[in-house]
Amino acid sequence: MTSSPVTRTLDGTARAAVEVRLEGLSRHYGPVVALDHLDLILQPGELVALLGPSGCGKTTTLRLLAGLEDADTGHITVAGKDITHVSAAKRDMGMVFQAYSLFPHMTVRQNVAFGLRLRKVGTAERDKRALEMLDLVGLSTQADRYPHQISGGQQQRVALARALAIEPQVLLLDEPLSALDAKVRAQLRDEIRRIQLDVGITTLFVTHDQEEALAIADRVGVMREGRLEQLAPPTEVYSRPATSFVAEFVGLSNRLAGEVRGGEVTVRGCKLPLVEQDVPDGQVVALVRPEAVSLASRAPDSDSGPLTGTVIAITFLGATSRVTVDLGDTRVMAQLPTSEASALAAGSRVVLAIRPDPVLVSADSDPAALAAGEDA
Amino acid sequence: MAVAATTETGARPSRAGRRLSAPAWVGTVPFLGYVAIFLLWPTGIVVVDALKNPNGAWAFSNITELGNPLVRGYFIGSFKLCLISSLLGAVFGAILAYAVASGDPDGTVRRLYLAVSGVLAQFGGVTLAFAFLVVIGPVGLLFHASWFYSFPWGITVIYAYFQIPLMVLVFLPAIDGLKVQWREASENLGASAWQYWRHVGGPLLAPAFLGGTLLLFANALSAFATIWAWENQIAYIVPQQISIALSSEVGLSNVNVADLLALGMVIMVAIVMTGYALLQRRAARWLR
Amino acid sequence: MAAVTALSETPAAESAGRPRGMQARRRRRLNLFRYVVFTVFGLFFLLPLLAMARFSLEGATLGTWSLTAWKQIASYSGTGIPPLISSIEITLELAVITCAVMLVLLVPTMIWVRLRVRWLARTMEFLCLLPLTIPAIALVVGLGEIYNRLQHFSLSALMLFWVYVILALPYAYQALAAGLNAINVETLSEAARSLGASWFTVMMRVIAPNMRQAILNALLLTASLVLGEFTIAYLLLYNNLQVELYSISRNTPNAGVLFSTSLAALLLTFVLLLILSYAGRRRRGRG
Repeated sequence: MTSSPVTRTLDGTARAAVEVRLEGLSRHYGPVVALDHLDLILQPGELVALLGPSGCGKTTTLRLLAGLEDADTGHITVAGKDITHVSAAKRDMGMVFQAYSLFPHMTVRQNVAFGLRLRKVGTAERDKRALEMLDLVGLSTQADRYPHQISGGQQQRVALARALAIEPQVLLLDEPLSALDAKVRAQLRDEIRRIQLDVGITTLFVTHDQEEALAIADRVGVMREGRLEQLAPPTEVYSRPATSFVAEFVGLSNRLAGEVRGGEVTVRGCKLPLVEQDVPDGQVVALVRPEAVSLASRAPDSDSGPLTGTVIAITFLGATSRVTVDLGDTRVMAQLPTSEASALAAGSRVVLAIRPDPVLVSADSDPAALAAGEDA
Repeated sequence: MAVAATTETGARPSRAGRRLSAPAWVGTVPFLGYVAIFLLWPTGIVVVDALKNPNGAWAFSNITELGNPLVRGYFIGSFKLCLISSLLGAVFGAILAYAVASGDPDGTVRRLYLAVSGVLAQFGGVTLAFAFLVVIGPVGLLFHASWFYSFPWGITVIYAYFQIPLMVLVFLPAIDGLKVQWREASENLGASAWQYWRHVGGPLLAPAFLGGTLLLFANALSAFATIWAWENQIAYIVPQQISIALSSEVGLSNVNVADLLALGMVIMVAIVMTGYALLQRRAARWLR
Repeated sequence: MAAVTALSETPAAESAGRPRGMQARRRRRLNLFRYVVFTVFGLFFLLPLLAMARFSLEGATLGTWSLTAWKQIASYSGTGIPPLISSIEITLELAVITCAVMLVLLVPTMIWVRLRVRWLARTMEFLCLLPLTIPAIALVVGLGEIYNRLQHFSLSALMLFWVYVILALPYAYQALAAGLNAINVETLSEAARSLGASWFTVMMRVIAPNMRQAILNALLLTASLVLGEFTIAYLLLYNNLQVELYSISRNTPNAGVLFSTSLAALLLTFVLLLILSYAGRRRRGRG
């Protein structure tokens, strides 16, 4: 993880990137608890992605940080200064909304320069800076167009330029890509990250799309019902999920029955190490990633073993394919290179193997029922 | 056979079959016909008659009648009243509309005020005059408010009674169209409430506001009935003159001049309405 | 990984139910503004209506109450004037006819134009707003001829509906246009067409039901226009509700029945509009 602690400003001078601390933040709407004593620290210059399903509190967190809503309890500290009671207009943060936030009666240039205008920057100077920001996002040719004349992706870039133009201490992004086409989304996502690294600004990025979060964040915070389930770099969240919710929300998981003995779990005849060290012996449900499941060999029809089964479905995903295999009492998803998967057809009998990656186990609910209810 | 198969898929006729269907616009004929007869035709008659003599010959000299100081006085009086009442109605109507819009979209208050506006906007005329009669008239509650009788104040208050609701009806969608993201974005960029209204909210609402004002103006011009029932203020209102001329009582004896006066009003209002339509188009684009 | 920290404001703030903070303060200020506005305007609008109500309930001697004025609505008849009730009947019938014609004429046409004849949309908008441009009084001048001819068919005041439809066009158009804009007409019609619906079915079975609120709105506005119309009826020498009221007022300026009738008309429309707003589209909160 690279995070430079320095934010580069437009006139080239370096400014120290800031640390953001959210401590004990709570917010409720009537009986609904949106945030439950949330603690989160953003390191200077880092991009933290808040990931979770609708209603998990990620947007609330962002809006509390922006000052657009008031917290019931808790403190917000930026660069050492407590800003919990500072009004949104004075917080010096730049925010990119999901959609519709550009002022329709102003040109792109005027939109970007708006914040500077409020700060009483002279016309020539602010035009110059606006153009620089538009250059940064690659839209200087559209400077004199109106928002309704440019595409959704371009609008979001303008929104980003506008947010950065005021040289804020913190950058806030509220699902900025959700309203865009898939292709534009991927492009813009990488650009946002590039710009963020270039400028070096501390950033909070909210999304419900785990692919986005994993792709660009320094750390990912998975949230659920107002709490942080895990806050860790993407690779860790993916391969060493802290809870089964995280394991299920981020990436796909196979839920397989297994037995823990002596610090290892045996799943269908394979011994797998555990993510957590101190799990008591007993029956558990192990969460196995599809990419850890591979094709050992083809099997003659008569064979049967714990990992022998029939191919039910093959989903073509491009470079890889997902193969669903019926093992008799449960189903398993395997992620294979397409070259391998193309040799298979529905109905083929195969033998699977499980790579010994550390797995997360949980002692909860009936594994069989869960397996039956699981969908590829 | 093989040959037939290929040509089958290759050369399809450009028309998908021979359908005897009329072009789509035919469906609008009933409506257009109706409007043509009952709106365009009478307007045409007014325009044409205005430029003719009683005996049917073209007489553009009728236009010089408009230069008649009496006639001018009537037009100016009309104009003044309508201007004041529409400005007042617009400002107060906008304030009320904002109050309604900023509340619960499903709430009781909003429904109440919208229903009230819907009713009062239409109920100009006689009913209104009665209502004010009882408030201000000889046995009314506020009998001693003699300022009320001086033109144009009394009548302006009466006009406000239906101008304000009309403004609410027309302006409310515009306020609803203000997206919350704009407010939040400008706040985030550092704008105070005043700055938001000055740079963002105000300019965005301006076309709708001006449009509403124009609409109110046109409406005021047409609000003849109210005057008629409020008998005191006979002078200075053009529609009054026209009806007098029509019923060939005292006043201009030439019925074609009645047409001319009508024409003058039509022109005045037409200009206003074109402005309104243009403004609405602009507002609709931003606030959809 | 949420560690519970000690740093938090006193729970009292939470349980007090009054969150302190910028946004809450701003909301409170806004609510104050709203209450003031609603009170002031409420009084302004209510005062004459209350005054009318009071007059309509006045008895023979000052200070007594009586329902005579209201009962008289059904039976009033001054010297040489046809009974009030007949003009009420005529006006109500006029309202129904005008609404029906408006419905049949405008709704299909607007939907049709929106779906298939889009190049006429501007023209239609212009035509529908035109009646606002032309003062009723000027319209009368031009209509005189036409109505002379119409008189050959019928002398009834019901003939007024021809011009009332025109008068109501702007209001009905605005209401219907708002309804059309709120739904995705194109997508709905494409979906229906792909399922095999004819254009007629699309209009009547798919689009129109989704515009229920707007249609009701338009009808209500039309009806209230008819109930309140005076000028054209008067100048064309017909006897509708408002004209009748005016005639009565000429002879007996303080007849209680004037106020009771006016109030009744107003209240009727108001209640209908209110009911309509509840019967229409129910908007749920942010889903």
